[in-house]
Formats: sequence, structure tokens, C-alpha cells
Amino acid sequence: MLTADGMQAGRYLELRRRMAGSDIDEQAATLRQFGQDVRREDLAMIQRAGLGHIGSDFSVTDILVTLYGAVLAIDPRQPLAADRDRLILSKGHSAGALYVVLAECGFFPKSELATFAGPMSALNGHPNRTKVPGVETNTGPLGHGFPVAVGAALAAKLRGSRSRTFVVLGDGELQEGSNWEAAMTASHYGLANLTAVVDRNGLQQGARTEETKRLEPLADKWVSFGWDVREVDGHDHAALLTSFRPATTGRPVCVIAHTTKGKGVSFMQDRVEWHHKVPSDQQAAAAVEELTR
Amino acid sequence: MTGAILDQTRYDCRQAFAAELIDLARADERIVAVCNDSVGSSNLVAFRQEFPDRLINVGIAEQDLVGVGAGLANGGLIPVVSAAAPFLTGRALEQIKADVAYSNVHVVLCGQSPGMAYGELGPTHHSIEDLSWMRAIAGLPVIVPADPAETRAALRWAIGHDGPSYLRIGRFAVPAVNPAGGTFEPGRSVQLTDGDDLAVVAAGTMVSRALSAAAQLRDVGIALRVINMASIEPLDTEAVLRAARETRGVITAEEATVTGGLGAAVAALLAQNHPAPMRILGVPHAFAPTGDTAFLLEHFGLTAEGIVTAARELIGDGLR
Repeated sequence: MLTADGMQAGRYLELRRRMAGSDIDEQAATLRQFGQDVRREDLAMIQRAGLGHIGSDFSVTDILVTLYGAVLAIDPRQPLAADRDRLILSKGHSAGALYVVLAECGFFPKSELATFAGPMSALNGHPNRTKVPGVETNTGPLGHGFPVAVGAALAAKLRGSRSRTFVVLGDGELQEGSNWEAAMTASHYGLANLTAVVDRNGLQQGARTEETKRLEPLADKWVSFGWDVREVDGHDHAALLTSFRPATTGRPVCVIAHTTKGKGVSFMQDRVEWHHKVPSDQQAAAAVEELTR
Repeated sequence: MTGAILDQTRYDCRQAFAAELIDLARADERIVAVCNDSVGSSNLVAFRQEFPDRLINVGIAEQDLVGVGAGLANGGLIPVVSAAAPFLTGRALEQIKADVAYSNVHVVLCGQSPGMAYGELGPTHHSIEDLSWMRAIAGLPVIVPADPAETRAALRWAIGHDGPSYLRIGRFAVPAVNPAGGTFEPGRSVQLTDGDDLAVVAAGTMVSRALSAAAQLRDVGIALRVINMASIEPLDTEAVLRAARETRGVITAEEATVTGGLGAAVAALLAQNHPAPMRILGVPHAFAPTGDTAFLLEHFGLTAEGIVTAARELIGDGLR
């Protein structure tokens, strides 16, 4: 089991204090920079490892940095604190983005990122809670994180805890039926402390979601399952911040975050082949150039 | 030690499960029951009456059932996840693997009415594969209590164990077989009769039948050692190896397919450490025909007579 990097965790908590005292535009500017830093680090990690899901990582990056940078009530030095907020990455193949964000928060030393996917590394291709602090449940097979998030939110409600639970879902992942079982349960139990974030980039591994198995009208589906739906640009940090505000209706909240797969690198954006392609050295250099602007 | 069954009363172990769960829940408010529209069949009606907020019914949705259980554990509660064994282990197999075992969370999985307890409802409702499936998952204790006291003891252990577990909660009525009431320790069996001619390693519904077989064999001068192996995983390897060393052969008996349960565990252990003549009694690689549980057990030779026949085959003419 990895352990916290106290210095880095201290810097992260200082960032959170600064963010709390900033207006939303300042927060968004900081989060945008955080996102670009995460993408560059993730790119380097995937290059070293020779594998990863770079398109999915870049799609979800702004969602993750917004949650970790300004929303989640967490302390990386106490990753199992009873009343922490929970973030469950149901689309576990975006582990790369999650690992970089967790390391930036100080859950474990950033030097560990160099081991990603290597022999005996704690940083498996999909996240493992028994090895990586900050990971709440082991995901990878799709359709697993959402029911677990429902259980965590229900436990908080039963315990009278103010803890909030967020679950980040891929859009293609919503083709798994277990998600809709969980959506019904959350609504039935009135889990207003639960927010499901759909990374709606429109692409799944092999093709567009709408060509593979249609999801639309997606917002209507969530509404009919008893959820409050908020639709936002998933790369607009200010809009994401607003969308992550607590529920006001007693119902669970679904944020449909409209995103672009491979966001931030022109030749990767919205291209299905970048789901898990590894950039060449030349492509990586060009990508870093774009991510540094 | 003759292992005679003195009390002929037959018990439904689900009632012992329900009573013990209520006792434990009174003492620990973290305990919650989670079910899939199985309040009645899991015997949770009284639990719901006493703890209405602590009975979570996710409806007919087993994947959600197990995932929600894992999440409740993440949130600091102790979930006892209960559903008919075939649906719990079959429909939610990947959730048991990934969300519970691989994630290593404290979830007590209770497969109700296992084996062929749903007799006439047919193979869709039989849970004979569960022992093979559950045994294949790393880090998941697999427990098959043989009577009400052992059911209570196993549940107490599982609720106190900070990790995952799978328990079979029997429906087919069985007598009390454990002499001193119930105890349970993982990796520990209970020897119910002495005997150095042959040994039978049995679990669940087969334990009382093994005791009847021992009585029949005693009459013809064959001493059968009966070992109640409630802990299928981890196995009591010491007791099995001792039986192989001290007797002329080992019979296993379980209400489950022979492809990967108790018999397979014993065979793998003995083949690699102390090869011994064996007979593996269980459901062969076939779906059951129509019939009630008693008929099906008889059909597949999962009876005292079936064990006696296996014993005679192992002994052959050599001993007599």
C-alpha cells in the first residue's frame, strides 16, 4: 500500500485554502492550469509505460481536477477518514488521469507515477484500493462503480454523515444494465448526497455511442429515473463547479458533462483510435507543445 | 465418538441465520441486511420489523445488490448481503470478484437455499455451481454450515471478520449434527466419529447422511471417520492429510457439482501431498431432472446408502 507524501499533501491543502478564498473565475483559471499539468504528466506516464487510455484520460481530466481541486472534502493524509467525500471512478480505464491527480494531491509520492503498469507497481492499468490510497473501490469492468457509489451514499445517509459521493461514469459504460439498477436504487432511497457525472464524449472503444447502441435521449432517461439533471460543458471549469453544487430537491444529481475525447491535443480530439493508442515520440512532443500553451 | 444423531428434529438453517442476525444487529448498529426482494425467502421479516431502516431492499437486481453491499462497507457499515444462492453467485459473480473480494471489503455474502433446495423449480434455481465459482475467487472464504448451531457460529465469525466471506444458508431441513453446539473457525473441521478404515469429508446437508452411513458401516465392522468440513476455503488441510494417512481411502460428499467444490479441493490436496484412493460424491456434470430435493439427492446418490456404496468400493475385498 502506498502512503501519503506529506509535503505534497500540505501543498494541496494550501491550494484548497486558496481556492476557498477565490472567486469562481480565479478558481476556474487555477483548475484549467491544473488540468493541463495533469495531461502533460499523464502523457509522459503513458509514453514511459507504452500503454494507457489517453483519449479517455484527457476527456475526464477537467472533471477530476475540478472535483479534487475545489469540491471534494478530503485529506490525503487521512484517506480512510469516516466522513470523507468519496470519488469513485467507474470508468476505471481512466486510471492514468486518476493516478496523476491523486499524486498531485499527495495521496502518494509523484515518483510512483514512473512505475505505472510496470512489474509489481501499485499503479495497475485499473485502480486498486488495496494498493493506492484515495481509490475507493476496484474498477475496470464497466458498470461496477455506480452501485458501489450508491451503497457509499446510502451508508452516509444512514449514519447521518454529511459526506457526499461522486461517481464518474463513461457514456459508453451506460450500456451496462447494472447502472440503471443503481440509478433506480439511488432515486428510490432519495440519495441527494450522490452525484453521478457522465463523461459524455460520444465515443466508446470502437465507434460512436450513437452508432453502437444509442444513448439519446440521455437526459430524459435520467429524468425518468428520478434524477435531477444538469448539462454542462465538461471542459468549462466554472460551469463544472456550478454543476457540482449540492442537490436542492432531495433527488440525486446527474451531471451530463459534454466532453471531447483526447481533449487538449488537436490530432487526438474526437478520434476513436486514441481511446488507447500510445503516441510516438514525435506525436508526444507535438502534444506537449499544445498542452503548454 | 459415534456421532449418533440423538435429536431427530429437522431444522431449516435460514431460521437460525435470521435469529442470529437479529441478535448480532442488536449489539452492533453498523450491521445492515441487504436483499433483492428476498425479505421473505431470506427470513428477514422479523429483522425488518425490529430494524426497518437497516433492511435495504434493492429490488430484483443482484448486480446492484452486491455493488451496493460493497459501497455500504466502504461507508463504514457491515452489510449482510442475502439472496437466493443461484442468483447471488451467478448473476453477480463479477461484482463478488471485483467489488467485494478483489477490493477486499467486509461484506458477508449469504447464499440462501443453496444446492438443490429449490428442487422442483429446476436447475435455473439450483445452486450447485456456487462452490466451484466462489472457491475460484482469491481471498474469499467459502463456508457451508451443516446445522443451525454451525450456521449461527459461521455468521458470527463472518460478521466479526474484517474481510469478505461467502456462506451457504441451508433451507433443506437437517438435524443438529455438531455435538457441542456450534463453533466455527476458518480452516478448521470437526471430526464427528472416530474411524480408521475410511474417512468421509462432508459438508452441509451431507454431514447427517455421512453419520447415518457411519452407523450402517459400523454394523458390518467398517469404521468410518466423519469429518464435517464447513470451511471449504480455506480447507482444513491437516485433517484431510491425517485422514489420508490413517485410513484406506477418502470419500467427499457435497450438494454441489463435482467440478470444483469440496471434492476437487480435497483431491488437489491429496494428489500433490499424499495420494489416496478417493470417491467424490456430488452432482455429476449434468443438470438435474425434475423432482423435489429429497428425490434429487437420492437420484444423484447423495444419501447414506450412496456413501456406503462408495465405502464398499474403496474397501473392495481387501479388508473384509
